[in-house]
Amino acid sequence: MEGVKQFDLAVTPLREVNRYLHHDVAASGVERVKILNADGAHSIAVGLNVPLDIEVDGHCGYYLGGMNQLARITVQGNAGPGVGENMMSGSIRVKGFASTAAGASAHGGLLAIQGDAALRCGISLKGGDIVVGGSVGSFSAFMAQAGRIVVCGDAGDGLGDSLYEAVIYVRGSVRSLGTDARFEPMQASDYEAVRELLDAAGFEHDPRDFKRVASAKSLYHWNVDANQEY
Amino acid sequence: MCGIVGLLLKEPSLRDRLGELMTPMLVGMTDRGPDSAGVAIFGAPAPSALKISLFWSHGAADWNGLSKSFSEKYPGAHTFTPNGQHAILVTDVSPDDVRGWIKDSAPQIYLLSVGRSIDLYKDIGAPAEIVKRYGLDRMSGTHVVAHTRMATESAVTPAHAHPFTAGEDFCLVHNGSLSNPHLVRKKLEPLGISFVTDNDTEAACRFFEWRLREGDDLSTAVQRGFSELDGFYTFLMGTDKELLIVRDAFACKPAVVAEADDYVAIASEFRSLAHLPGIRHANVFEPKPQEVYSWKV
Repeated sequence: MEGVKQFDLAVTPLREVNRYLHHDVAASGVERVKILNADGAHSIAVGLNVPLDIEVDGHCGYYLGGMNQLARITVQGNAGPGVGENMMSGSIRVKGFASTAAGASAHGGLLAIQGDAALRCGISLKGGDIVVGGSVGSFSAFMAQAGRIVVCGDAGDGLGDSLYEAVIYVRGSVRSLGTDARFEPMQASDYEAVRELLDAAGFEHDPRDFKRVASAKSLYHWNVDANQEY
Repeated sequence: MCGIVGLLLKEPSLRDRLGELMTPMLVGMTDRGPDSAGVAIFGAPAPSALKISLFWSHGAADWNGLSKSFSEKYPGAHTFTPNGQHAILVTDVSPDDVRGWIKDSAPQIYLLSVGRSIDLYKDIGAPAEIVKRYGLDRMSGTHVVAHTRMATESAVTPAHAHPFTAGEDFCLVHNGSLSNPHLVRKKLEPLGISFVTDNDTEAACRFFEWRLREGDDLSTAVQRGFSELDGFYTFLMGTDKELLIVRDAFACKPAVVAEADDYVAIASEFRSLAHLPGIRHANVFEPKPQEVYSWKV
C-alpha cells in the first residue's frame, strides 16, 4: 500500500525506525507509519517533526512521542512513564492507560489517554492540553504553568499543587487539592474549553459536570509572615 | 535504579518451565541493574529437613571438604548439592547451629536462605551471566522473586545483592532507597535481630520478618511498614505460600503486573513481560501506591 510504511520492532532495531522517522520519512511521500510489537521499548517515535500518522501496536515503554512536533501518534496499548513529555505540537492518543508523568512539561499539542493516567500526570505542564478518559493519580498538574488538563474520572491527592496558570477540569471526585490550588466557578469560557477538548479527544461527557481547579496565586509572591506554613 | 521480577505459575504444567520463563524477564531488566542479580526460587516444600542455600564467597569452592568438616561436627545424614560457588545443604541441624558452625569453622561461607521451599542464588555480574553460571533457566518451581541491582547506597558484593532473606521461606527485593534504615535497625537490634550487611533493604526485610514472627500476616506487616519505613520503594516479597507487591505513596519506582489464567508476572517494566505466553490477553496494570497486591500459590 502506497503512503503506508510498516516496521516490526521484533525485527527492526528501534534506532533504525527512529532514524527513518527523523530523516527519511519527510521526503518519502509516506503519510502513515505502523510500528508493530512495541513490547515495552523506550523512546518510540521521539523527537518527530513531521505531520504524519503513526500507529503503535502493543504496550510502550518510557517517553513515547517525547518532544513530538506535528506527528499524530496513536498507541493501541498502554504507555509507560513520561508519554509525550515535552511535546510541542501534534497529538498522542493512548488507547490503554498511561504510567506516571504523562505529558510532563508539554508545551503544546494534545495528549488523549482513554484509560487512567498514573501519578504526576501533567507535571510542570507548559501549554499542552491533556484529556484523560479515566482517573489521574496523586500530585497531577504539580507546578503546571500553562495549558489545560481535563479529567473525566477522579483525581488523587495533591491535585494542582503549586499551580501557576494551567487550568484543570475534573468531572469526578478530587481526593485532595494541593497547596494553592482551589475550586473556582465555571464560566462560559470554561464550558467552551471543556467541550472543545472533549470533542478533540473523542470523549462524550457533559461539560456541565466538570469543576474548575486553578491557582489561588497566593504563592506568587513571597510572604514574609507565612512562617513557612502554606 | 534496579529491576524487580516476580513470576507465580498458577498452571501446574508450567512449573517445570519456571526458570525458562523467568530468564528473559530477568535479563530484560539488565539495563536497570547490571551490577548483580539474584533469584529466589520457591518449589514444593522439602518433606522434613530444612534446605539452606550457601554461597562460597572467596576462593575456590571445596564443597566436599566442607561436607566432611560438617560431618565431623554434626554426624548424621546431610547432603550438600553443589552448583559452582553455590550449594544447597539439606540437614536436620538447626539453622542457628549451622550459622554458628559457619562463623567458627567456615567464615568464607555466606548463608543465603533457610526454608523448606526456598532456594536462593545471588551473585555479582550481569544477569545473563548469573543465569548461565547457575543454570537458573533450567530451574523449576511454583514462583520466583528476582532482582537486578544497580547499587546506589552500599557496596557491590554477593551479600549486598537482592533478594534479602530473614527467617524461613521469606525473601524481599527492593527498587528504591530507604532514608531511615538505621532507625529501623536501632529498633530491631535490641530485640536480638542481627544484620549481615549495611544495606538499607536488609532493614526492611528484617522488619517485615519480625512482624511475621510477631503474628502479623504479610499484608498487615506491610501496612505497618507504611509508617515505619521512610523512603522510596517498590517491594516484592515471597513466602512459600504467597507473592506480594507494594509501592510507596509516591510510587516513583515502577512496577507492572500481568495477570493471566496461567500466571501472575511482575516486573519493573513491561518489556520484561512482553515474551510471556498469552501476554496479549493478560490483564496488565500498574500497582497503585500504598495498595497491597498479593497472590497465593
